[in-house]
Amino acid sequence: MKIGVITFPGSLDDADARRAVRIAGGEAVALWHGDADLRGVDAVVIPGGFSYGDYLRAGAIARFAPVMGEVITAAKGGLPVLGICNGFQVLTESHLLPGAMIQNDHRRFLCRDQVLRVENAATAWTSGYESDQEITVVLKNQDGQFVADRDTLDRLEGEGRVTFRYVGINPNGSARDIAGISNERGNVVGLMPHPEHAVEEGFGPGLDGRTVFTSVLEQVVSA
Amino acid sequence: MGRIVVDVMLKPEILDPQGQAVRGALPRLGLNQFTDVRQGKRFVLSVDGPVTEAHLTSAREAAETLLSNPVIEDVVNVHELTSDEPEQAPITGAGA
Repeated sequence: MKIGVITFPGSLDDADARRAVRIAGGEAVALWHGDADLRGVDAVVIPGGFSYGDYLRAGAIARFAPVMGEVITAAKGGLPVLGICNGFQVLTESHLLPGAMIQNDHRRFLCRDQVLRVENAATAWTSGYESDQEITVVLKNQDGQFVADRDTLDRLEGEGRVTFRYVGINPNGSARDIAGISNERGNVVGLMPHPEHAVEEGFGPGLDGRTVFTSVLEQVVSA
Repeated sequence: MGRIVVDVMLKPEILDPQGQAVRGALPRLGLNQFTDVRQGKRFVLSVDGPVTEAHLTSAREAAETLLSNPVIEDVVNVHELTSDEPEQAPITGAGA
């Protein structure tokens, strides 16, 4: 079971994402931003970091990388795609997910253990969780404020596409405490906090993030 | 060398943290009359030779696709940079 992890210039968490895939029992495949080739993977992770220096807007230049043309086509065909933090920004810039990410309302970089509620356990990346389960993962970002117009937010809520919501504190001013969303089909998920940093004892706040990766492996097996 | 200016602003309903930070700093300079600040982005695109209508069309396409994000930003201005405006793009080949 092969899960590709894209590396852009400026990616930070690609190695951690590949490690999370291996810990979850999958085979991690490194994908390069300049290659229009997904190397036959069964799913793709777009990791956190500062792709192309986050110049212009976070994720804006990465969206036009050769590999992203392949990802956009495959995602529309049903391939599971997960965008974490900067990867979430890349997915909104790619219009695979609605809305946009802007600077935190308090204008500071924030790093903390963050409690999330799994609002939808029926996506490719959350099927191993229980609905309404609360999990703790790492949050670290500067441009983490999710925004969208009211119609878009209402549609996301109405269609059950709010996948993760912040619990206890809204760390960046995101609309309606939204931490992660999915596309209509549920194969594409973006979230701002980092499940890949909560997969191994002794590193991070616990093991709650591992289920994101085991979920997609089970999805791929049963598909 | 011709130059084309593209100005992009956050949509009015989107919080502008950078503008807010600037607004907060102005009173420290004794400048108290400004009730709000919005910060935009200016791009200057250079072309060989004079700016043509085709260049402007391409610049508008660049403005709508890469240079702005229509979810949060508006392209408020695309125009040729005329000679009475200050030089804003580096001259190709100059410098170290």
